[in-house]
Amino acid sequence: MNPAVPQPTPTAAKGTIPLAQVVIRLAGDSGDGMQLTGDRFTAETAGLGNDLSTLPDFPAEIRAPAGTLPGVSAFQLHFADHDIMTPGDRPDVLVAMNPAALRANVDALRPGGDLLINTDEFTKRNLSKVGYVDSPLDDESLNAYSVHLVPLTSMTVTALADFNVSKKEAERAKNMFALGLLCWLYSRPTEGTMSFLRSKFGTKPEIMAANVAAFEAGWSFGETTEDFAVRYEVKPAPMGPGTYRNIAGNLALSYGLIAAGQQSGLPIFLGSYPITPASDILHELSKHKALGVTTFQAEDEIAGIGAALGASYGGALGITSTSGPGVALKSETIGLAVSLELPLLIIDVQRGGPSTGLPTKTEQSDLLQAMFGRNGEAPVPIVAPQSPGDCFAAAVEAARIAIQFRTPVFLLSDGYLANGSEPWRVPDIASLDTIDPDFATEANHERSDGEAEYWPYLRDPQTLARPWAIPGTPGLEHRIGGLEKADGSGEISYDPANHDQMVRLRQAKVDAIAATIPPLVVDDPDGDARLLVIGWGSTYGPIGAACRRIRDAGCSVAQVHLRHLNPFPTNLGEILGAYDRVLVPEMNLGQLNLVLRGRYLIDAVGFNQVRGMPFTSDELVIAINGILDDLAARKGDPT
Amino acid sequence: MTDIDTGSSPALTLVPHTDQKQTAKDFKSDQEVRWCPGCGDYAILAAVQGFLPELGLRRENITFVSGIGCSSRFPYYMNTYGLHSIHGRAPAIATGLAVSRPDLSVWVVTGDGDALSIGGNHLIHALRRNVNINILLFNNRIYGLTKGQYSPTSETGKITKSTPMGSLDYSFNPVSVALGAEATFVGRTIDSDRAHLTSVLRAAAAHEGTSLVEIYQNCNIFNDDAWEALKDRDSSDDMLIRLEHGQPIVFGSGQDKAVVRQDDGHVAVVDISEVSADRILIHDAHADDPGLAFALSRLSDPHSLADTPIGIFRDVQRTSYDRLVREQSQAAAKTGSADLASLLHGTDSWTVI
Repeated sequence: MNPAVPQPTPTAAKGTIPLAQVVIRLAGDSGDGMQLTGDRFTAETAGLGNDLSTLPDFPAEIRAPAGTLPGVSAFQLHFADHDIMTPGDRPDVLVAMNPAALRANVDALRPGGDLLINTDEFTKRNLSKVGYVDSPLDDESLNAYSVHLVPLTSMTVTALADFNVSKKEAERAKNMFALGLLCWLYSRPTEGTMSFLRSKFGTKPEIMAANVAAFEAGWSFGETTEDFAVRYEVKPAPMGPGTYRNIAGNLALSYGLIAAGQQSGLPIFLGSYPITPASDILHELSKHKALGVTTFQAEDEIAGIGAALGASYGGALGITSTSGPGVALKSETIGLAVSLELPLLIIDVQRGGPSTGLPTKTEQSDLLQAMFGRNGEAPVPIVAPQSPGDCFAAAVEAARIAIQFRTPVFLLSDGYLANGSEPWRVPDIASLDTIDPDFATEANHERSDGEAEYWPYLRDPQTLARPWAIPGTPGLEHRIGGLEKADGSGEISYDPANHDQMVRLRQAKVDAIAATIPPLVVDDPDGDARLLVIGWGSTYGPIGAACRRIRDAGCSVAQVHLRHLNPFPTNLGEILGAYDRVLVPEMNLGQLNLVLRGRYLIDAVGFNQVRGMPFTSDELVIAINGILDDLAARKGDPT
Repeated sequence: MTDIDTGSSPALTLVPHTDQKQTAKDFKSDQEVRWCPGCGDYAILAAVQGFLPELGLRRENITFVSGIGCSSRFPYYMNTYGLHSIHGRAPAIATGLAVSRPDLSVWVVTGDGDALSIGGNHLIHALRRNVNINILLFNNRIYGLTKGQYSPTSETGKITKSTPMGSLDYSFNPVSVALGAEATFVGRTIDSDRAHLTSVLRAAAAHEGTSLVEIYQNCNIFNDDAWEALKDRDSSDDMLIRLEHGQPIVFGSGQDKAVVRQDDGHVAVVDISEVSADRILIHDAHADDPGLAFALSRLSDPHSLADTPIGIFRDVQRTSYDRLVREQSQAAAKTGSADLASLLHGTDSWTVI
């Protein structure tokens, strides 16, 4: 054995300390397998019944130069014995696989937190790559933390000395050693990881055996080393009855699309072009041909939506998935879909912009693009999920609106929802509403000569939706296009009054959707709040967590969250008017706020950040308290 | 071109046929045709309406999809399903329609600007994928709807509103572009030659996969007589090379010219008296390699139009994209799970009572 490696000393069985919640961040080089390690730890944690929330944070480069700051990949997991809403503001535990990972993440670690460092990578060369003149392991810069120095790489290589793998392959298993150690430290089960490794490396038995051994060696090291005096335990969180699984947003969204296909009886057709962070939707749906899904990887974003619209014209549920830059390219076709009045889903998994921006980071800056980003008056309904698991229900809802109202619909997810995960109660398929495509099969108008004919723009008086006759329906042959159509007959019309009428009808149809969406419910447990915090999309968790902390501190604050952004729920104006102050936190420079101020004439204030990361509840608590303090001060002010 | 039985063509076996006799009138919509008087589009419209009854398809199972431009008004005049879309995107839209609806006969109508300028990308990708659609490309070498700017097929040096000193662009030859994209069916015909136009349409309809038919079409307002050299009774026989599969490539008013492959591999037009009969190329539209068809497409002079081949350059069998999609779906349906509930539960779920 390598004498340089500290040998574990057997100790008596260690005590277990119960914890209510823990935030762990795993950070390493892009090639260190941090995302995989995080996924596995999450799976074991979900299986234990903890509530959890995850935040993967990785660079856009596939493999930036090894050991550099741009190459750092991190995965944060928050798990608890109670209901939680965010991946956590600051980690309690940081695993740093190299100096770059330490440098990029150590400032986030809670003072007093545990810092587990892979000392093997702290070479002079690696230190200098990230600007460390002296090793932080040798000075006092880490004194605020509980530091655990573990030579992860060399211990893994030693543990695998008898295995038929190269040194490089042995070194690559160090993430499994780290995972084993963490699983011991937090009393996680191990069977899931074992069976995962067996299936992942099924065709490479040597690699599989080495990874299993590395994982076991990490566990045993925890059990025997004196460095960790105790292990921790986080009890399962109470959850309502049901079957749960851990799920990431892109996966839940993909499943929602498949469910919408089943509930409507329409084949699903996805036309898409690969783009971060939306590509996983294309990947996932391409696996489910047996469930009536066709996927088409197009030559560009425009062809992706074009093919989807062509499929919708033929009677499928056409869907296109993309991110902000792709939406820009699809705009003209979205306008055509508005004019054709055909069902179409546009899924925008938002990322940092403008232009290529921050491909792997999250942002909410496409709201105005979705709402207004087309030529002409071209209203498009918008639905936004509020958590990774909620992407399922939001996708079903977007499809319902598209099919029922014959309209393109935006589904605005974002990078945080896409890759983050949480426990999700698996819905009972039988409980989902059916969606009736209600295809036209008969003529709907009588000509002056008594002959029956089909008018493609003779609307339903209630919903203002037009009939949908698909090719292959005898007797209903008709021609439609992007030119303005005569109200009713759908024939080309350049008549000024008709155009004015059609523009208003298309808007009225989208407005009519509001009658089919539930009224907003404000969360104001004390009932006397004077401040309303309103958000949309993925900020639901951080805003909710911040409001809880405000209330725990004895103050009142109300929260309401928007799922439908166009049209707004009918009671939104009334709600906004009922509070002295309205705060609108957004990961943009105030896009929802602009619309709320314009539409409801209220003096809402924004709280805005575009850092590519979700809000922390800390910063929201500060923002909310600032307004509460101001309100309290004015209360005593006679003027 | 005469030995094709459209009734049993693999391109149309999934499209419902009708026993009722159809005429051209059945395919005329009630819309007033609004092209300029004298436009070549009228002749093409009449030829298409006159030819469709031959296919014996149910009218409701035929769909015309177009982009933007004069030619793209075509669907409004057909009493079938029709979709007038946006500039350049018709091949993409038709791809989604054809892939999801194998029971439809899908036709794309486009022009030289729509297909080769703004929509060039979609055109080449539709051709390489070989989706089961028919593309009719009306080439008049000018932008008509925007009132007379040069197009990607305009001859270099063309004086137009946007090029008062002459256009600088080198022009596209649509047949060469299509063959470069390895299209499985590429034909060329002329608006005014009803019989030839119909014969090429017939072969295109019978072809499974993407068929591209370039139709030389006259814009009498902005580019009148662009193809006149090929239409003039006196000169056309000396200009036009009429390609017939299996026939030696001989043309000229006195059948005095022939196409041969030279020693250096190039294809050239020669005086028939200069070569022995066995040197004359026999046209093989079914050749797997598109090289010779491409060489034929390069013969014509873009300015004088001398030595312009028309007819079917290439007509080869390659399984269509939409058929491959259906085969994958059918294979998945046999082996894969169609149980949504078990998919949602996944492999790592837990139950709370």
